Amino acid sequence: MWIDPSRPVERALVTHGHADHARSGHGKVWATPETLAIMALRYGTDMGTPVRYGDGFEDSGVKISFHPAGHVLGSAQILLEHAGERVVVTGDYKRRFDPTCALFEPVPCDVLITEATFGLPVFTHPPIEGEIAKLLSAREANPDGCIAVGAYALGKAQRVIAELRRAGYDAPIYIHGAMQKMCELYEAHGVPLGELVMATGLAKGELTGAIVIAPPSALNDRWARRLPDPVTAMASGWMRVRQRARQKNVELPLVISDHADWTELTDTLLELRPAETWITHGRTDALGRWCELHQLKARALDLVGREDEDEA
Amino acid sequence: MERFAALIDGLVYTRSRDTKVRLIADYLRETPDPDRGWALAALAGTLSIATVKSTAIRAMADERFDPALFRMSRDYVGDTAETVALMWDQLPHMAGTTPPALGEVIALLNNVSRARAPSLLGELMDRLDADGRYALLKLASGGMRVGISARLAKTAFAQGFGLDVDDVEEVWHALRPPYAELFAWGEGKTERPDPSETAFFRPFMLAHPLDEGVVDLADFAAEWKWDGIRIQIASTGTETRLFSRGGDEVSGAFPEIAAAFDGIGVVDGELLVRGELQGGEAASFNALQQRLGRKTVTAAMQAEYPVFVRLYDILFDGTDDLRARPWHQRRSRLEGFAARLDPVRFDLSAIIEARDFDHLAEIRGGSRDAAIEGVMLKRRDAPYIAGRKVGLWYKWKREPLVADCVMMYAQRGSGKRSSFYSDYTFGCWGDDGALLPVGKAYSGFSDEELKWLDRFVRNNTVARFGPVREVEKSLVLEVAFDAVHESKRHKSGIAMRFPRISRLRRDKPAEEADRVETLRGMIG
Repeated sequence: MWIDPSRPVERALVTHGHADHARSGHGKVWATPETLAIMALRYGTDMGTPVRYGDGFEDSGVKISFHPAGHVLGSAQILLEHAGERVVVTGDYKRRFDPTCALFEPVPCDVLITEATFGLPVFTHPPIEGEIAKLLSAREANPDGCIAVGAYALGKAQRVIAELRRAGYDAPIYIHGAMQKMCELYEAHGVPLGELVMATGLAKGELTGAIVIAPPSALNDRWARRLPDPVTAMASGWMRVRQRARQKNVELPLVISDHADWTELTDTLLELRPAETWITHGRTDALGRWCELHQLKARALDLVGREDEDEA
Repeated sequence: MERFAALIDGLVYTRSRDTKVRLIADYLRETPDPDRGWALAALAGTLSIATVKSTAIRAMADERFDPALFRMSRDYVGDTAETVALMWDQLPHMAGTTPPALGEVIALLNNVSRARAPSLLGELMDRLDADGRYALLKLASGGMRVGISARLAKTAFAQGFGLDVDDVEEVWHALRPPYAELFAWGEGKTERPDPSETAFFRPFMLAHPLDEGVVDLADFAAEWKWDGIRIQIASTGTETRLFSRGGDEVSGAFPEIAAAFDGIGVVDGELLVRGELQGGEAASFNALQQRLGRKTVTAAMQAEYPVFVRLYDILFDGTDDLRARPWHQRRSRLEGFAARLDPVRFDLSAIIEARDFDHLAEIRGGSRDAAIEGVMLKRRDAPYIAGRKVGLWYKWKREPLVADCVMMYAQRGSGKRSSFYSDYTFGCWGDDGALLPVGKAYSGFSDEELKWLDRFVRNNTVARFGPVREVEKSLVLEVAFDAVHESKRHKSGIAMRFPRISRLRRDKPAEEADRVETLRGMIG
């Protein structure tokens, strides 16, 4: 049995629906009902066994259970218990409030297999309220244009929309065609997103004063030519670093991430104090160094086929 | 400081010039003295704080962070100041500290000893957020790098206070940060400052291209257009300063000119290099680039590139402002003025004697001196007016050279063009039958042609290297350029000056494009 295998296997446990964790073609899949729905939407296959948060099952003497990871809708940590030893695979996680998914639950364990996407001490994600306020004031400052927000189609887009709603923004939000089905899926799972309108196919004039949400790749490409005088925004943890934002022609960087920042990563390690930490993907070297400084036993676990969704 | 940091942040990410101007203008109007003056100086590049070096920033980081974590972070971010500004969030913070004002920051930094500078910087950092810390470190170490030219900063000031930017230019170079007099004038509290006691820059009179037009030589005088660096010399007798196009002082780069200038007044001319290779004639623009931009030059450089100024106008003779006088009067005053200067360092730009316009065209066509770019036409009765006023001065450049080249690589543009492949590298045929790159161009085509070119690139891509696409070597571009010179930058060994796409030659097979040897023959 594999966790988030990058190649098709007979039996897979899947932490969440992002493409570098949930691949198609597995024989049997165990995942949360939400993750299975996302995989069914993306791959058109429906062969999984749903496991709810807190629920578990036993396989070859190992007890397997799923726990909220706070990353995107349906994202889970996986706890493996055998002969009194507990191993937690965090998958991708964050510890902040997110209206589109369940809050991360710390799971005591002996071995923690943690992600480290933003595992450098330069990454401190600011409170999302401030970033949403920036987005709204940019919209007000550009009444004759529009704000085009680059956001990954699964998770980030819906979170930005839900946070806009939480901030009281109730005008229609325009979305790229590639996001429509995923937004519908979120709504079907009880995440209200308000009125969404497809931007694809609209005339320029209809988008004046709008907030338009599209996959990052569409913003610097032909799709964006339809937008009236757009300010290019990007919702990503990488936006914390100026050069990264400028390389991507971003005019309005929004530091909004669905991953744990440096403080969340290190606080989680201090809270759980696992006997051993394996660092999977991202900045394994820096988090490893931090563990060394704090006398926590850690090692890097190199995985193939991992790339961050924001980088795609 | 927070407001200034927000401005810097806004400017870093804004591509539109108009938006940048608006951001700066709003800031200058809404911020009190002296903060806004220091900010204006920081943007216009006239602020210098000598006490903080980048080593001080490093020292501050080493004191507080694990060296290994700092190194990993620095490697990722690519900028020491930004890395420190971001990592500072990991340090324990005192609650309730008030951020310092920009004026307070400048006053503290200007009065701190070099030894105490790092600890002062640390104290200021503790009172700021990440954006504020970034702005502070950039301010303290010099070099905001936010893509603002001095001219744009002045334009923003003028726009913010409803003034004419040329009126601002007229006195700008005589004033010093934090520009209290400038803001007092801007707010209508005082008259424009009067700096006539100092040697300062007056904005240049500029020329329009003479495209297809014809002028009457009874109304216009003709001179050669020299391929050097436009320079203004201003002297009060006690101080002499040299200024380049934007009003930047370049006295330090050409000390021998300032030392040799023995006169009181303000003159306008072309800085050129006298080179033996050119047989005593003016050497090319490229040789001059070696000197420009240096704060100081060695005696060896002065000997290797001996410079002189070819004078063509006079703005002040002594304290007598001649700018309102017609060109012919200024010219005769200039002739008298130039005659009293050291002939090794100064000469007079000659008037081209031509019977009529056709004769002038013939003379122009016959000139192949590398130091000549073309012909200048100056209205005989025109005053010296700052900026580019229509109908007074024309530049009539030599016909461009052209070559048929083959598109090899394409890259996306920036700003409005970021979705288009609009930057093209093209090549000509080498001896061994391979295409060798000879230049890169991103202008000269219409919007319609750009759309076509973009489609061509997308449909004919054969390989991708990061942002660069290699294309099928099938499209011939006619490229116009001003000159060809030797260059180690391209494998072909040559480079073009001001290349632009003049025509798309969809009709021409790639094999019939020009050869590198043909271009080599055009080296002037």
